[in-house]
Amino acid sequence: MTQEAELVFSRPESLSDVVTHYCPGCIHGIVHRLIAEVMDELGIRERTIGIAPVGCSVLAYNYFECDFAEAAHGRAPAMATGMKRVEPDLTIFTYQGDGDLASIGTNEVIHAAARGENITTIFINNAVYGMTGGQMAPTTLPGMVTTSSPYGRDVKTQGYPVRVCELLSQLDGAAYIVRRTAYKPAEVRKLRRAIKTAFQVQMAGLGFSLVEVVSNCPTNWGMTPKESLKFVEERMVDYYPLGDFRVKDEVKDLR
Amino acid sequence: MSHIVIDEDRCKGCELCTMVCPQGDLVQMAGHFNVKGYRPSVFVDPEGRCTGCTLCAMMCPDMVISVYRTPRK
Repeated sequence: MTQEAELVFSRPESLSDVVTHYCPGCIHGIVHRLIAEVMDELGIRERTIGIAPVGCSVLAYNYFECDFAEAAHGRAPAMATGMKRVEPDLTIFTYQGDGDLASIGTNEVIHAAARGENITTIFINNAVYGMTGGQMAPTTLPGMVTTSSPYGRDVKTQGYPVRVCELLSQLDGAAYIVRRTAYKPAEVRKLRRAIKTAFQVQMAGLGFSLVEVVSNCPTNWGMTPKESLKFVEERMVDYYPLGDFRVKDEVKDLR
Repeated sequence: MSHIVIDEDRCKGCELCTMVCPQGDLVQMAGHFNVKGYRPSVFVDPEGRCTGCTLCAMMCPDMVISVYRTPRK
């Protein structure tokens, strides 16, 4: 006797049924799905506001079935601060890339973390400015070729990359600062758990939470999607080690 | 029987799903083009080896793959 096959994996309710504008192989799509799955699991879709950045994910408001706002470049944490203080019962998350969070918006996120604002930030780090054509970002690896560093990033003149998690982990207001990636299914699972914990930290009112996702950019790195994930695994994760950088003791009790 | 359903016209042909199948080659790239002009991934499983593990769907950035699993007895 044959048994009915049951549907075990499909689009989460919180993810809009539309085609995204992201390039083939860009893992923005995976992270979007994970956030939507976590919203479904925690049952907070109708009580959540996301804040989209400037960058490739500027159109993220089209892809989620929760309320969304669009912030000025780098200013998502400031906007989230206002929203959270006016409506403390809502879950507020910002979704920012490295050109947004680690460059023009560095001080915004540092001070939001220092104040211990009760918000969640999902930080996508792909080491280039994706939307504007692959220019060098503060997170670009030493020696990495981009359209504005055609001979590779020279640390003598262009300085060293910014490691955001290490930076923020020094601040007492930060409750949960972790770095994850998504180049293979096991890492995707860990990333999902981290996003869920970050939302739970906010719901429990423990302080600022940030999940950094070491990401890829096949188009601007000049690679196929497969090669770009290999680059993430071999080079990006080497410079941006995965792990938990600050986890308050109260957070451990959540799990 | 466990299987996956691929929404071919939404596939961007990034091939990430083909990297992770524990059975090896159940998800392959098609020889034809879809409406977007990409070669989509297709499900090829004449022997019914798919276990419905969801790894391919987990790596898909575009939510193209739905997974059906037959519960084991």
